[in-house]
Amino acid sequence: MLVFFYDKTFEGLLTAVFDAYSRKTFPDKLLGEGDIAPLFMDDSYTVLTQEDKSVRVWTALEKKLSKLACNMITHAWLSEAEGCDDLLFRYIRKAIDSKVSIETNFGDSDVLEIHQIARKVSHEAQYLRMFVRFQKAADDIFFAPVSPVYNALPIAVDHFTDRFADQKWVIYDLKRKYGYYYDLKTTSEITLTDDNHLLSGKLDENLMAEDEKLFQELWKGYFKSMTIKERINLRLQRQHMPKRFWKYLTEKQ
Amino acid sequence: MNDAVLEKLKVLAESAKYDVSCSSSGTVRKNKVGTLGNTVGGMGICHSFTEDGRCVSLLKIMLTNNCIYDCAYCINRRSNDIRRATFTVNELVDLTIQFYRRNYIEGLFLSSGVINNPDYTMERMVRVIKELRTIHRFNGYIHMKSIPGASQELVNEAGLYADRMSVNLEIPTEQNLKLLAPEKDHISVFQPMRYIQQGMLQSIEDRKRIRSTPRFVPAGQSTQMIVGATNETDKDIIRLSALLYKRPSMKRVYYSGFIPVNSYDKRLPVLASAPLVRENRLYQADWLMRFYEFRADEIVDDRFPNLDLDIDPKLAWALRHPEMFPVDINRADYSMILRVPGIGVKSAKLIVTSRRYGRLNASQLKKMGIVMKKAQYFITCNELPMYTVNETTPEHLRKILTEPKKRKGDDDQQMKIIFPD
Repeated sequence: MLVFFYDKTFEGLLTAVFDAYSRKTFPDKLLGEGDIAPLFMDDSYTVLTQEDKSVRVWTALEKKLSKLACNMITHAWLSEAEGCDDLLFRYIRKAIDSKVSIETNFGDSDVLEIHQIARKVSHEAQYLRMFVRFQKAADDIFFAPVSPVYNALPIAVDHFTDRFADQKWVIYDLKRKYGYYYDLKTTSEITLTDDNHLLSGKLDENLMAEDEKLFQELWKGYFKSMTIKERINLRLQRQHMPKRFWKYLTEKQ
Repeated sequence: MNDAVLEKLKVLAESAKYDVSCSSSGTVRKNKVGTLGNTVGGMGICHSFTEDGRCVSLLKIMLTNNCIYDCAYCINRRSNDIRRATFTVNELVDLTIQFYRRNYIEGLFLSSGVINNPDYTMERMVRVIKELRTIHRFNGYIHMKSIPGASQELVNEAGLYADRMSVNLEIPTEQNLKLLAPEKDHISVFQPMRYIQQGMLQSIEDRKRIRSTPRFVPAGQSTQMIVGATNETDKDIIRLSALLYKRPSMKRVYYSGFIPVNSYDKRLPVLASAPLVRENRLYQADWLMRFYEFRADEIVDDRFPNLDLDIDPKLAWALRHPEMFPVDINRADYSMILRVPGIGVKSAKLIVTSRRYGRLNASQLKKMGIVMKKAQYFITCNELPMYTVNETTPEHLRKILTEPKKRKGDDDQQMKIIFPD
């Protein structure tokens, strides 16, 4: 069994593809640096991430695949799922080796699986567009904590930049400890040093803007009134709005 | 903004919630520099789900719930003793924008009871959306109800600011409408529909020549019918929907299972519960017409004027037409694959693109997400011939597929045989 060790970055994965082709040996398994090697390892190789190599692989893929399929690759990478790197490696290898485009061959289990994972990740991004709830802080910055299961925030953030162009906002991923800040001009990535007070998903009342409490009450009142008693269906509600989002939803707090 | 607004908001939400339309789809509009809002098109975005499982996408609200009409099916009818409230333009505009900024909503769905006369009401509604668009430069989604009987000028003005407009048909046949709402008629509904369509087509034509012509109701119009308040069959309803969908501007017909809000009215039927299953089957039939290339008369006809409540309309069609099956997954047209029960639009597309690379077999189909429990009786693929609908007979297959789901405690080891009657 041949194992490649790499630094668990996307560039690292692309460099691994490059090195595999130049060495003409293809790994059976990809592992992170420092991971425990499997018991039956005949040979191993450690990938040194290099930007020029990863860029070359990516441009090759862009030539070979449609924009949609390239997006699928990045989406699948953002899933952070166990074994997804092996899957992506196999997919990229198939894409490079095949004379015809493989991207619609859903009879192939790797192609289908990439498609399904990418769909899950973009659905998580859609969940973010739906369930992000801003709270207005005293300094006029709108703040929203999130903790998606996949790292979907980078996909969804363009939507918020376009939509809320005339207000400052922060969307912060509490699980991965990073977020985005929009300062009325550009959106940039930020990391907060101390985020313990945010864990509850609610801003402290003395940090809120003065009308924030009122609008939260208005929204809660509205939300409650919209229910039609004769049709109550809590299962359907949970199906559309999974419980893991509830702690950040104003109307459910 | 204070507690009085909260009370009004509750009262008017209470009055508006029986309108089912909720979509925020159909328009793609990017935001401009320094202004608020965009619309995404595609499926739209839902922002929350109430305890009845319905989505909250737009701030669905009434300008006022005072009304001069006395329609039997409506909670806001004149003779009902409920709390009445009216929003001022400023309050409503402020609410919409502040809710939008917090990502609670996609935009505004404005409806209203009729005060004084249709034009008077419509004028006030137009003022709200005009202020949102022109003064506050609000770019989000706006859905506005057109009041039946409103003049063409007002519809034309509203269309410049709204993304979607709608006029509710409520009761599918005129004679029953007369029974429940003697002051209304179908003409007053179809007239504004026609105005909206004219404005839309006109604007599309004009924009071909002059690109800067403003868009007019870019997301088209929708309508709603109440199901179960009167004695129409599903055939009447689906035929009417099919006719409505023939119009280029009609994007959606909504079906609202009748909820007895005025149970004292003797003209209304007494129902144990809202006809939710029937409503669901109607939506399924609606989807068949819009996405599955079915014609209305294939779904319901004189022999079967009502939809089967136990099985979905697509399966019902398949069981009535066993001669069309089995379908060869590796050869059949896309439109025929779409008709197989258990295969949806997405999986049909997956099949059609994948089979160019090689013949598909049952396990691949299963992985793609095809519901083999149903589909297995209607297809052949790259495997030995299966036990299809023609061998089982449609009656027996119906029995197999409508069997209640197995409970957890049931014994899996025990073999069960269903004997045909």
